Amino acid sequence: MGLISFLKEKFSKKENKNEKYVTGLDKSRKNFSSKLNLLTKKYSKVNDDYFDELEQILIEADVGVNLALEIVEATKNETDEKKITDPSQINELLVDKMFISYAQQGENIINEISFQKDGPTVLLVVGVNGVGKTTTIAKLAYRYKKQGKKILLVAGDTFRAGATEQLTIWAERLGVDIVKGKENQDPASVCYDGMRKAKEGNFDLVICDTAGRLQNKLNLMQELSKMKKVISKEIPSAPHEIFLIIDATTGQNGVVQAKAFKECTSLTGVIITKMDGTSKGGIILAIRDELGIPVRFIGLGEKMDDLQEFDLDQYLYGLCLGNKEDE
Amino acid sequence: MAFESLSGRFQGILKKLKGQSKLTEANMDEMLKEIRVALLEADVNFKVVKEFINTVKEKALGQEVFTKVSPGQMVVKIVHDELVELLGADQCEINTKNKPTIIMMCGLQGSGKTTTSGKLALLFKKKMNKKVLLVAGDVYRPAAIDQLVTVGKQVDVEVLNLGDKLSPVEISIKGVEKAKQENFDVVIIDTAGRLQIDETLMQELVDIENAVHPHEELLLVDAMSGQDVVNVANAFNTKLHLTGVIMSKLDGDARGGASLSIKHLTGLPIKYAGVGEKLSDLEVFHPDRMADRILGMGDIVSLVEKVQEEIDEKEAKKAANKMFKGTFDLNDMLSQLEQINKISMSSILKLIPGMPKVSEEDQQKVKDQLKVTKAIISSMTPEERARPDIIKNSRKLRIAAGSGKTSQDVNRVLKQYDQMKEAMKQMKSKFGGRMPKF
Repeated sequence: MGLISFLKEKFSKKENKNEKYVTGLDKSRKNFSSKLNLLTKKYSKVNDDYFDELEQILIEADVGVNLALEIVEATKNETDEKKITDPSQINELLVDKMFISYAQQGENIINEISFQKDGPTVLLVVGVNGVGKTTTIAKLAYRYKKQGKKILLVAGDTFRAGATEQLTIWAERLGVDIVKGKENQDPASVCYDGMRKAKEGNFDLVICDTAGRLQNKLNLMQELSKMKKVISKEIPSAPHEIFLIIDATTGQNGVVQAKAFKECTSLTGVIITKMDGTSKGGIILAIRDELGIPVRFIGLGEKMDDLQEFDLDQYLYGLCLGNKEDE
Repeated sequence: MAFESLSGRFQGILKKLKGQSKLTEANMDEMLKEIRVALLEADVNFKVVKEFINTVKEKALGQEVFTKVSPGQMVVKIVHDELVELLGADQCEINTKNKPTIIMMCGLQGSGKTTTSGKLALLFKKKMNKKVLLVAGDVYRPAAIDQLVTVGKQVDVEVLNLGDKLSPVEISIKGVEKAKQENFDVVIIDTAGRLQIDETLMQELVDIENAVHPHEELLLVDAMSGQDVVNVANAFNTKLHLTGVIMSKLDGDARGGASLSIKHLTGLPIKYAGVGEKLSDLEVFHPDRMADRILGMGDIVSLVEKVQEEIDEKEAKKAANKMFKGTFDLNDMLSQLEQINKISMSSILKLIPGMPKVSEEDQQKVKDQLKVTKAIISSMTPEERARPDIIKNSRKLRIAAGSGKTSQDVNRVLKQYDQMKEAMKQMKSKFGGRMPKF
């Protein structure tokens, strides 16, 4: 049984639960899957041109040249082996290959934050400028507050104008505590204050915001290492989780970002934001392929509950499968 | 490795061609394949890459390539010319002859609209002496208005803050009215980030357009954008009457390929580029120089302009005069070094040809070195600075102790001074004692 029929079966049963996921990815999916469908219609028989176009579709989804070539090559080999000539069957194979490619690179990690038995669990949120760190932190705080956790936000972005105000507004709206520093204060010292308060106040989850930084700025990356060090000094096992936020519209530089941040802070996961746009977020696959870092959550909209656990099945389902009703 | 920069790629490819006496189909094909991969990795749009490769191939094969230039040079020229063509052949700045000139900023979330609004305001104020009004039109994102107000303070430009209760259309109308009444030259309207598929918010931009008829409608594009960005630009351009694009975050290590394809596919000129976190880090976009940068040929013109701007000309002239009179002392050296320190080394070094491999770490070393030198000179007495030759052993020890460095460090500074002085003597004889024009 092909993966697609498996997924179809799986998802027809729990349609309601996935509705949000599928609607959120609607725009990304339409484009991608309609291209695949179009391709199936255009070719009655499979030939080299067909595979060239498959490659193009993957590259245009930001999957990256190398990985796109690999996936298409693997699909092609199996097609030859099994002597498949029906284009629609090949599309199933393609999704299969993408699934396998992701699943093989690194272990499967539970998406939800794993909480410490004793003391606060500390999450550090990092990323380049403008990817949506602060908004994502608000969404995470909302998520875990709903689960009954006592949450503390640490406004570690003391650089960007308005960043602390932005997080403060979210803290007020969500009714959670916040530790703030002054403008241009050393963010490490804000983290220090945050850790002290976290211990004293018996918080369950501490989420530290950081200023956006381009990964090629050595000073700023060192600043991040320092923040991490200060956190560990106060709470030895912390930070327990470090999430890199990546904008779904990001191209191949996303892999460079993941690599640099991984070297500097040992990431435990990636969150892809703005997946409700038309970008396909193929960078998810490229990052996993190159670095083995798992995607933990994806942002699907501007509302607080628009942050969903990442589910590979659902992602590929949403991305690759044409919704037959659209046609 | 997989994500070598485009410059690195091209340099590698051209090195391969160096030893070969002529361009053959075979070696062209290999090169074009490499160029294709490099461009795709740089996020240049798939369709643009396809066209680019075809054009380069046609031009290269159709021409007599083995005359006097080497095949390598020939290919560089063809690739370069094509890149310039792709990037748009000439530059165009914002015309501010309308009073007030109304500018509307728009783009996806996180593309850098608010920061760039501040940078533009500073540019108009500083370079063109314009009276600028910033209008806070992002009523959706929490604290977006605070951000613009702070940025406005930093560049000392008035910000119209009407809170988040009025609609962005009303705010824009009031902004333009205020500008007319109070004699502002330029009005910059900041808007909220939005997805191009969000009908309601896109209509809001159309409404602003109809209400105030901006002279410039600028789309912010993140240099790190992937393949989909051309669809974004197309959608904004269809709904609105965009007049240009500003690329943000070009100081990162993304090659910015996707943004370049925008120019090709939409015809919109790229007017400015954001090149750093400081509010003065906005440059006019030069397609020809960008092509050179992509090719790794360095960017001499940009370098010269940057150096000119950041070095205080009076200070430099004073030092130069002293140099030529032969009275250059440690005070002058310190002021020179401070001038150099002002310029962001990373952006400068990137522009110097033949130095593409200077790492961020190396640049940091250079900066650290400057700090040490400064500490040492600061620990000298005025007399010692004016007459460095009086610095002997005991003085050296005192200076080393005072600056917290070693006497080897002091020796290094004195040696550097000697070298600079020597270099100046040579320059003096070259220019016949007259000061060269800056």
